[in-house]
Amino acid sequence: MPRPGFVLEVDRSTPSIMFWRGENFSLEKLPAGRSRVIYPPEPLEALKDIDGAIRHALLNPHDQDPLPTQLFPGMKLTIAFDDVSLPLPKMRRPDTRQRVIEAVLDLVAAAGVDDVHLIAALGLHRRMHEYELRHALGDRIYDSFYPRGMLYQHDAEDPDNLAIIGTTDHGEVLEINKRAAESDLIIYVNINSVSMDGGWKSITTGLASYRCLSHHHNPETLENTRSLMGHRHQSALHTSVWRMGKVLKDNGPKIFQIETTLNTDMFPAPFDFLSKREWEWTARDRATFLATTKSLNRTPIKLARKIFHNMEGPHQMTSVQAGETDAVHKLTLEKVYEQQLVEVVGQTDILTMGIPYVCPYNPDGVMNPILVMCMGLGYLFNMYRNKPLVREGGVIIMTHPCYRDFNPVHHPSYIDFFDQVLADTTSPAEMSRKWEKQYAEDEWYKHLYRTGNAYHGVHPFYAWYWGAHGLQHAGKVIIVGGDPPTVRRLGFTPASTMDDAFEIASDVVGRNATITHLHAPALLVADVQ
Amino acid sequence: MPGAGASVGPLDLESDELLPLPTADWVRLRTRMAGICGSDLSLIDGTASAYFDPLVSYPFTPGHEVVADVEGTDRRVVLVPVLSCITRGINPVCPACATGQINLCERAAFGHLSPGLQSGFCSDTGGGWSHQMVAHPSQLIDVPVEFTDEAAVLIEPTACAAHAAARYTGNATVIIGAGTLGLLTLAAITATRDKVRSAPIVVTARYAEQKRLAKELGADVVCSTDEMPRYVRSSTNSLVFGDQLTCGTPHVIDCVGSSDSLQQALRVVAPGGEVQVVGMPSNVSLELTSLWHREVAIRGCYAYTHADFHTAIDVIRHHDLGRLVSATYPLKDYTDAIAHAAAAGRRGAVKVAFDLRAVELKGS
Repeated sequence: MPRPGFVLEVDRSTPSIMFWRGENFSLEKLPAGRSRVIYPPEPLEALKDIDGAIRHALLNPHDQDPLPTQLFPGMKLTIAFDDVSLPLPKMRRPDTRQRVIEAVLDLVAAAGVDDVHLIAALGLHRRMHEYELRHALGDRIYDSFYPRGMLYQHDAEDPDNLAIIGTTDHGEVLEINKRAAESDLIIYVNINSVSMDGGWKSITTGLASYRCLSHHHNPETLENTRSLMGHRHQSALHTSVWRMGKVLKDNGPKIFQIETTLNTDMFPAPFDFLSKREWEWTARDRATFLATTKSLNRTPIKLARKIFHNMEGPHQMTSVQAGETDAVHKLTLEKVYEQQLVEVVGQTDILTMGIPYVCPYNPDGVMNPILVMCMGLGYLFNMYRNKPLVREGGVIIMTHPCYRDFNPVHHPSYIDFFDQVLADTTSPAEMSRKWEKQYAEDEWYKHLYRTGNAYHGVHPFYAWYWGAHGLQHAGKVIIVGGDPPTVRRLGFTPASTMDDAFEIASDVVGRNATITHLHAPALLVADVQ
Repeated sequence: MPGAGASVGPLDLESDELLPLPTADWVRLRTRMAGICGSDLSLIDGTASAYFDPLVSYPFTPGHEVVADVEGTDRRVVLVPVLSCITRGINPVCPACATGQINLCERAAFGHLSPGLQSGFCSDTGGGWSHQMVAHPSQLIDVPVEFTDEAAVLIEPTACAAHAAARYTGNATVIIGAGTLGLLTLAAITATRDKVRSAPIVVTARYAEQKRLAKELGADVVCSTDEMPRYVRSSTNSLVFGDQLTCGTPHVIDCVGSSDSLQQALRVVAPGGEVQVVGMPSNVSLELTSLWHREVAIRGCYAYTHADFHTAIDVIRHHDLGRLVSATYPLKDYTDAIAHAAAAGRRGAVKVAFDLRAVELKGS
């Protein structure tokens, strides 16, 4: 029986706590008597018969007829699937997407359906490399569909292949992939890593155009998204997305949503100790930690990145449900919260978080400074339900080298964003007003997004907006161990050590401030009472 | 980098001997200050082009950025160092000199003077890195009374910049390099041509102080050399093939003159555009296919006319440029002075000069 999440009150006997620092780690001693550490629940038990569970879900959907009864010869079928942005790290083969789509295709073939297209639901993310598509779908699917032009990636900038489904009562235009829009049935295959994903967000973002996304991916909406991972009524983003979902449901093609959840068994041996609670580390774990950090200190950064990005996590499936989107997503959220929710009493003055080498926007790439901000203030800060872990005006302390380094293939517009936009302003509203259009409409960025492996030109803005609420909420943001000029360009304060950071923070929250550390790896959502 | 390693090369400090006046109308100057220029440094460390060999006569005393007193008068002057037809006693003067374009003189190695591109490279004239030198009256321009010697010593390099700025049309322009010449070119443009300015001026700078000064002197965008092509690309809505922008900026002013800077200029200049070479180039290696393919012009920009000196005085007054003289040295400390000048950017300096006023006072 896995143990639930846990809040540790730090006392004198508490060992140092592990923090991510990009492609390395550090051990930090948190002050006794005023610090606490939130540990995620242990990984839930995985489904014993995954393929059986998938087949059962397809044949016994929620609020819909079994999938085979919805398939007929001559129909136009589109299978869309989540892209490489999750899970992190990438999943040990076979990937969930492969297992689910293979099961779907068995039924499709049995029903005599020929017109089947597979579309990677990228939104404005970068196109996946061939090796990533093969990893997600398996060689059999890739080799069967790709050469015939029936497996491809969504293009949010292809005007000939976008279609308007309708407009919400708030004037939001829902424009999605034309092939999907004109299909008799869309089957969406999702991996629900966190509670903000899935549901109507799958299609209305993954298959949407820039125009469509800009209705909710903007500073105003994201500043008013007061709980990205919690209750939907607190999220302006999800409220907008669900309005679009209604338009899709009322005016769009029929949708068969398949959602899956994973446990938090994220890292393979010998890195499995990362998910353990520090006082439970064995002598072997401690030796592995020391050996790992020492060797990573001497490893060139490119090699260190390669080592980490080559890791494949167990990510065992804990549930699979299919059918009508709302009905399915309700069950999905229950399972996600079962795995990730930890009850926490009260907010904190200082929130600490270790920033890892990867976030949803740099698989097999560089965690550039903008993504450090996005991961810290956009993701980890938002891992709460009800109210933020840190009080308004409190201090957020992150640990990361925050090097001024970018992957020019994946993030070309991020480089210009850092040099040009952040040199001008760090205000989401101001950058949106002054700069977003130029980046969104830049022909070169569009070209790289459409034909290469680059994120859309506007994507660095979205990454920055993702942290808009965090920026607005925090009184100060400090990055420990970061390159000082780079940290300052982000508008944050650099600190050499965690003690220095607490000293700096004391200017804002006083000398006896309470400290809460969000332990990572393993994902958790703090249910703050 | 000119002067790298602070080598003093073939330089030697010797006692002053009075130079004979080439003709009776020449005058003797007592140097007050003399600047150290990039071209001086490249001659010292041997990186200057062999092209200059026939245009220099040995031994010579360097120093062409000169503020001096005219012996026997109370005139404080700045030297126009170009040795044109009139200084060489050539009559009739060449067509270029006849129109006042002394920088394009066709007789630079001829006449009654030994070869010498400018004073400071000619064995007959001496140079500013000494207590005295000789000059033709046509080479002298009075320094405004209110100018300090520091401001005056910048008149000559600013005249170069003013000459370069005259080609500025107001279109988007990139200035590569924010050493003395780059900053002064920017200053000349913003002081004299601001009314025609209709598009941003981008300046590449390597060091923090250079960046600060470039911003202060009116650059719209100041970025590192690496960042510049990305900025030009996004601001001109260019696509890219290889390293080449498809559009680009119509005017690039290269104030560095190296293979790298010129190649970068060709990468970002627009089809049909112009690269103006203001920094003295040496032997460079360039891939010129884009120049041919995109009908780009590379245009040199050498020295100045007398009119540019008067413009320079206005520019210096407008921007209070005397503050760009970062350090001065007595002549005896020439090794330190040259080392400082060679590492000026890195050490947060702009112009380094010799200060010979103390000696003059002693003499008087």
